Amino acid sequence: MSKINIKIEGISYEVEAGMTILEAAKACGYEIPSLCAFNHGECSKGSCRVCLVEATGARGLVAACVYPVAEGMEITISSPKATSARRTSVELLLSNHNKNCQQCDKNGKCELLHVAKITGARDDMYVGEQTPTTFDQISPSIVRDTSKCILCGRCVERCKNAHGLGILGFEKRGFNTIVAPAEDRSFAKSPCILCGQCVSVCPTGALMEASEIDRVDEAMKAGKYVVVQTAPAVRAALGEEFDMPIGTLVTGKMVSALKRLGFKKVFDTNFGADLTIMEEASELLDRIENNGKLPMITSCSPGWVNYAEYQYGDLLPHLSSCKSPHQMFGAILKSYYCEKNGIDPKDMFVVSIMPCTAKKFEKERPELSVNGLADVDAVLTTRELAKLIKRSGINFVKLPDSEFDTDIVGEYTGAGVIFGTTGGVMEAALRTAAYKLTGEELAKVELNEVRGFAGIKEASYTLAGKEIKVAVAHGMRNAKVLLDQIRAGNSPYHFIEIMGCPGGCIAGGGQPYVKPCFLPNEDADILDTFREKRAKALYSEDASKALRASHKNPQIIALYENYLEKPNSHKAHELLHTTYQTREKYTK
Amino acid sequence: MAHLQEAAVKKINEICDRYVNEKTPLMMILSDIQKEYGYIPLEVQELVSARTGVPVAEIYGVVTFYSFFSLTPKGKYVIGVCLGTACYVKGAQQIIDKFSEIIGIKPGETSKDGLFTLDALRCIGACGIAPAVTINGKVYPKLTVDVVPKIVNEYKALEANE
Repeated sequence: MSKINIKIEGISYEVEAGMTILEAAKACGYEIPSLCAFNHGECSKGSCRVCLVEATGARGLVAACVYPVAEGMEITISSPKATSARRTSVELLLSNHNKNCQQCDKNGKCELLHVAKITGARDDMYVGEQTPTTFDQISPSIVRDTSKCILCGRCVERCKNAHGLGILGFEKRGFNTIVAPAEDRSFAKSPCILCGQCVSVCPTGALMEASEIDRVDEAMKAGKYVVVQTAPAVRAALGEEFDMPIGTLVTGKMVSALKRLGFKKVFDTNFGADLTIMEEASELLDRIENNGKLPMITSCSPGWVNYAEYQYGDLLPHLSSCKSPHQMFGAILKSYYCEKNGIDPKDMFVVSIMPCTAKKFEKERPELSVNGLADVDAVLTTRELAKLIKRSGINFVKLPDSEFDTDIVGEYTGAGVIFGTTGGVMEAALRTAAYKLTGEELAKVELNEVRGFAGIKEASYTLAGKEIKVAVAHGMRNAKVLLDQIRAGNSPYHFIEIMGCPGGCIAGGGQPYVKPCFLPNEDADILDTFREKRAKALYSEDASKALRASHKNPQIIALYENYLEKPNSHKAHELLHTTYQTREKYTK
Repeated sequence: MAHLQEAAVKKINEICDRYVNEKTPLMMILSDIQKEYGYIPLEVQELVSARTGVPVAEIYGVVTFYSFFSLTPKGKYVIGVCLGTACYVKGAQQIIDKFSEIIGIKPGETSKDGLFTLDALRCIGACGIAPAVTINGKVYPKLTVDVVPKIVNEYKALEANE
């Protein structure tokens, strides 16, 4: 890249040509207040007018987030003209905003409130009519409140970039413009997969998870036997809610916090992941040996399952019939665990802490229940857990480490931990499939071919003289490529892992927000690197475990010996497997 | 999409295919569909989405942005009353109110018998003949409130004779 010379606030700098003023200023150590701008233009580009600056050669003030730097340009951020214009922009946004900040769950992570503070925006400068609003809380996963929307377009772009879906769009015109699914429908009545990627980029409280904290409170108050399980990705990100650096592994502190919150037992969903691997690996080998539907596709990610049901109903027989790990674990807790401990399953209330908003919908599926009892009763996101911890006055950072409960279930191997990142389910499944096929453990359990963040990863393994071809995709945009191959009849693979969110669960829609304006100590490119940092935390926990393959988990072995007999047995099917159905995209 | 007739599906796909070589074909496709059927309901938008790859929400956004596109069927006779500044000053509001009263629909609505749609238009560039009204393209210049009933009755009579 060629370099050019510019001046910011009268001081000379050399910056890369082609940068926007906002990027160039950042590289030189200036944070121009900005709001709608997001990573790599993943926004409506210049719509909020909060980043106005003076630049020579331009007519009037320019939006720093879209205006490119030029040789000899002199940029002024702090002039009275620029500061007052930025303040006015924010005041105008506030004039059409529902300012019930105290009740807003985004408070503390709200970028509008952040720029209001920085620019010194005054209250009620412009009072008048408000845009008619929509409040959608029909879906069990995501709440949309247009009274807080600033029309930045980040959610619109994220849905298109990650999934090629574009569920949300700008509707109507001028003052009446809103961001919504077609016809201002509920997410529940559109082909939204409920992944929550839109929630994770929303700068305000316009898009939020549907909170289930009340449900958990009620179960506790009613004296239920409330147990909790936590997904692997949660431990790699929960610390961020308490200002710990991105990528800090907080497994021990998280367990301590959950015990202090009053849960009767604190389990690791990784046990469920190990169980999933036993079932899934057996299913795969069965399909390969008995000419079953191939490629088989993983079914752990509820966002992906939703996508399959809406967009690829014809390919549903390719999905593994395995329930997702936390649902399997819930089913085992309410059967095996209750039986062994003399607990009435009706008294048990299973809470799952998940990095995911789609899991909230998943647990409501009638097919994910046994004898009329739902496998899982409530799903809280990582963010909701942080809220619970803060509410209870627990100083998270100072907590000692504790161990998960492992009385008869709950032990886990390294294979379960890596479920939380793209490629992890594949790697875990191959560790066990290899053993089942060859009778020997893999010499090297780290399968680097399926690690990392390439959109589509491919690998081929020769096991017991048989070539097994696999592929991994994350984000529906990437998944679509592999699915269209299957549809066209030219997919070369035996086994495919698909996760809904780009990067997998570690970057799920329920994870702590990654907002650079609140993370001054993180690198400037944190929006590109946070997935890798969180994944690294999971791989480090995997490496630290003595047992790293699911079939070596002693409690899993005991569970089969004492209860399930063997993978894919009749009992296992009753408890651990599910079915799928084609869904209509826009229902009345 | 289930309740779209096979012929309509074929026609809409054919319209989409007219513009396969265009970089941004959406406006042209929607314009052709609007002309062909008089409106663009969600089922049709889904079909266009499936054919072009443009998300349904984006298509819906375009349809609701431009007032030329309609989500509901228009009446046989589309009455456009100009409410631009000149026409407004010359009493266009009273004229549109009169149409409203006689036909029994609000601006933007279509009568139950499908005969009339009443549209409030912004300036149509005919300020010299304000207040101006157009009905299916025919211009009625310097309209006064008292002739409104006569005009409506003329169209009703025309319909009765057909």
